[in-house]
Amino acid sequence: MSAPIWIRGGRVIDPASGRDGVADVLLSDGVVAEVGSPPRPSAAETVEAAGLYVFPGFIDLHAHLREPGREDAETVASGLAAAAAGGFAAVCAMPNTNPVNDNGAITDYVASRARAAGAARLHPIGAITKGQRGEELAEFDEMKAAGAVAVSDDGMWLADGSMLRRALEHAGLVGLTVVQHAEDATLSGGAPMHEGAVSTRLGLRGQPAAAEAAAVARDVLVAELARGRLHVAHLSTARALGIVRSAKSKGIRVTCEVTPHHLTLTDGEVARTGYSTNAKMNPPLREASDVEALVAALAEGAIDAVATDHAPHHPDDKAVEFDRAPFGVVGLETAAAVVFDRLVRPGRLTLARFAEVFSAGPARCFGLPGGSLAAGAPADVTLFDPSAAWRVEPASFRSLSRNSPFAGWELTGRPAATIVGGRIVWRA
Amino acid sequence: MTKAGLRSKDLLGIEPLSPEEIALILDTAESMREIGRRPIKKVPALRGRMVANLFFEASTRTRFSFETAERWLSADSLNFAARGSSVEKGESLLDTARNLQAMSPDLIVIRHGSPGAPHFLARHLRAGVVNAGDGAHEHPTQALLDALTIRQRFGRIQGLRVLIVGDIAHSRVVRSNIWLLTKLGAKVVVCGPPTLLPPRIGEMGVEETTDFDAALPESEVVMMLRMQLERQGGALYPSVREYFRRYGLTAERLGRAHPDAIVMHPGPMNRGVEIASDVADSPRAVILDQVANGVAVRMAVLYLLLGGHPWEADA
Amino acid sequence: MGEELLKKTRILDAERIGRMIDRMAHEIAERQRDLPELAFIGIRTRGVPLANRLAARLGALVAQPFPVGVLDITLYRDDLSTVAPQPVLKKTDIEFDLNGRTVVLCDDVLYTGRTIRAALDGVIDLGRPRAIRLAVLIDRGHREFPIEANYVGKSVPTALREVIKVLFQETDGADEVWILERPA
Repeated sequence: MSAPIWIRGGRVIDPASGRDGVADVLLSDGVVAEVGSPPRPSAAETVEAAGLYVFPGFIDLHAHLREPGREDAETVASGLAAAAAGGFAAVCAMPNTNPVNDNGAITDYVASRARAAGAARLHPIGAITKGQRGEELAEFDEMKAAGAVAVSDDGMWLADGSMLRRALEHAGLVGLTVVQHAEDATLSGGAPMHEGAVSTRLGLRGQPAAAEAAAVARDVLVAELARGRLHVAHLSTARALGIVRSAKSKGIRVTCEVTPHHLTLTDGEVARTGYSTNAKMNPPLREASDVEALVAALAEGAIDAVATDHAPHHPDDKAVEFDRAPFGVVGLETAAAVVFDRLVRPGRLTLARFAEVFSAGPARCFGLPGGSLAAGAPADVTLFDPSAAWRVEPASFRSLSRNSPFAGWELTGRPAATIVGGRIVWRA
Repeated sequence: MTKAGLRSKDLLGIEPLSPEEIALILDTAESMREIGRRPIKKVPALRGRMVANLFFEASTRTRFSFETAERWLSADSLNFAARGSSVEKGESLLDTARNLQAMSPDLIVIRHGSPGAPHFLARHLRAGVVNAGDGAHEHPTQALLDALTIRQRFGRIQGLRVLIVGDIAHSRVVRSNIWLLTKLGAKVVVCGPPTLLPPRIGEMGVEETTDFDAALPESEVVMMLRMQLERQGGALYPSVREYFRRYGLTAERLGRAHPDAIVMHPGPMNRGVEIASDVADSPRAVILDQVANGVAVRMAVLYLLLGGHPWEADA
Repeated sequence: MGEELLKKTRILDAERIGRMIDRMAHEIAERQRDLPELAFIGIRTRGVPLANRLAARLGALVAQPFPVGVLDITLYRDDLSTVAPQPVLKKTDIEFDLNGRTVVLCDDVLYTGRTIRAALDGVIDLGRPRAIRLAVLIDRGHREFPIEANYVGKSVPTALREVIKVLFQETDGADEVWILERPA
């Protein structure tokens, strides 16, 4: 148990408690003790927060930490250190490791690696099907007991409707959300970028927006049928967004997330960078009209959370021809700063909403503890410096990988410190 | 002597070129043509320079054309063909290129099946890079020799109507030609069956149509593309006979074309698939001129990229 | 030219140039035993007007036409890397057969001799002449190669920082020869 922490003079922005104003925060015994003007205990460590924002600890719903199997690209330890450096107090780790996290033993292994790392919290996501092969359901109860907070076959779309139905029903019983990577592979063809004017110019095959929208449409209808909780991963198209909106209005229990790169970059990036593989991810970067729609939806609440889809790759794996490169970019260390600089500072996203999409929103999607600074909540806090000017240099990332589409970006705004369970796990 | 030249060390496509640079290449190529008519087809301009020809895709004519251009300019060539090479043993493109770099080539000519492969090399290597065809993206020297051929026949490019017919979706020749012809003020119409027209091709500044017969009468240049039966995984067209019926250039169709129309083809031709034999051999077909111009254009590109800038040794 | 050049002095005008070319044509007529095999090749750019005029003058003198060709030596220069980023390539245009002929190479100014060396390579690549002669309008000295002209309009001793500029009606709108000086 560490000493109490007294955060002094920061602007506390906690929409879940309806708070936005300068206040002191006292953390003690791993929980939030008081927010307002708590007296400072003598043994407390003081964190000066004048000029900083104090948010509930950020939560990333979607990251690939690669361990077990590809520890050359990332480990649980390096991934959680990267998360803390990006202001994330908690990270949900996808199961497409090697071996796949489809049983309690592996979930337990991953959770124990996280405890040993002692940085951000790790919430494992278990596989929906054994080996992610789409044939047999994995043991949701076992995985939940070992700490899983959701199930997903991310990387692939669970195409079999009856399989999805059963998964939603069983997950509902156990109390887990089903996360779907929505991509109809018969339409997308595994193409390396978005299908549009840019892919035509570049001579590359493309994934039409319909490949995502068709999958989302099918999934929300099955979610309605199964009365389960569905979460749509990395939403990227206006079309699919429209379907999620309409499903929500009908009372279907569906939530969704969007990545920082889908909020700030378009398919033109592939052309602009001369086929850089740091512009290659799945779902691919879409058109300006999609970006506009996603930004607007994030601002008004139709999108529940920002998630990074942090996907590290060893540089050798990415240093190949565009159409042969693996999909994915890292994002833990840049997410909050990019969204702040490109959406909050120009006034497209309010501070309160910014706080929500990084904390309360994600917590609600998976029913996670945290997401607020109410008394008794876990002592997870993200301190953010809105005036820090910095340049994204992948060479100095805590992550083992460097594949960022934001390399060289000049940003204003940066996490200042990350506190997990009342312990400072990272400081700028 | 005046200062003139290309702005980049590489020729990765037509898209980045200005109309002035294109004109410079064409004018230089025009001057190079007479070298091919000499008894001794050699000038010492690129003596001591080394060009590495990296051909990852099968190609006879383009490779032969580049090699000839290199020889006539007295450059040395290093040739690499994918078959029987380290690539077959699993060596990555980057490693292949790095090994090559160690032999200090001044320029690398690359043909590869992946769009962006030349850009990848240009980022990682000191040598200049010439794109000899990258997947379905661009084939800049083809468009340049096509333009030179058109210019020889009509004296200009601006204002001409050029009709390109065939597998537009998978063709790098068409993309390079669209860039070049539109930059020089020609009107381009692309034509093919719906399954072979790529999405939003109109945004490249061209008209698109599926009706070959309707587009013919106004077209001064008719460019037939090779129907790439080997590139098509799924059955994108029912049969060769079906294709020829609607999109093949027969003598009868040619008769309904613009009276001055010339017929072009990047080769190799599938006689009886996209072009009838008698049309291919007719005086209106400039296909052999295209081939001759190919060497001149490639000489011009090599000369403009290498002449005057000796490769700098490692510090 | 891109440099700043000062102190221009015109040393020859149209009348004197005309007389010089006339005199050179007479010399050729007198000294060449093989007039029927003669041909002129002008080195681009200003060797061309000289070649054309010599051929015309000589042709009038001996009542016989002489073929004229144009040689672009850009591809033969040994100093490509030092001469501006990209010398502009123009066409070589020689319609007649060189084999067995006596070629009179023509250039406006003979200076280091490098241009003529390159031109000799160019001519030999195009065929096998029996002999090559050199005719220049101005010889300004400072040879770097062992090359001399057979027919000279005028020898003009110069300092290294001086530049000789020959202008012809056909290329520049007037027949003049100037000495220019580079700033010290």
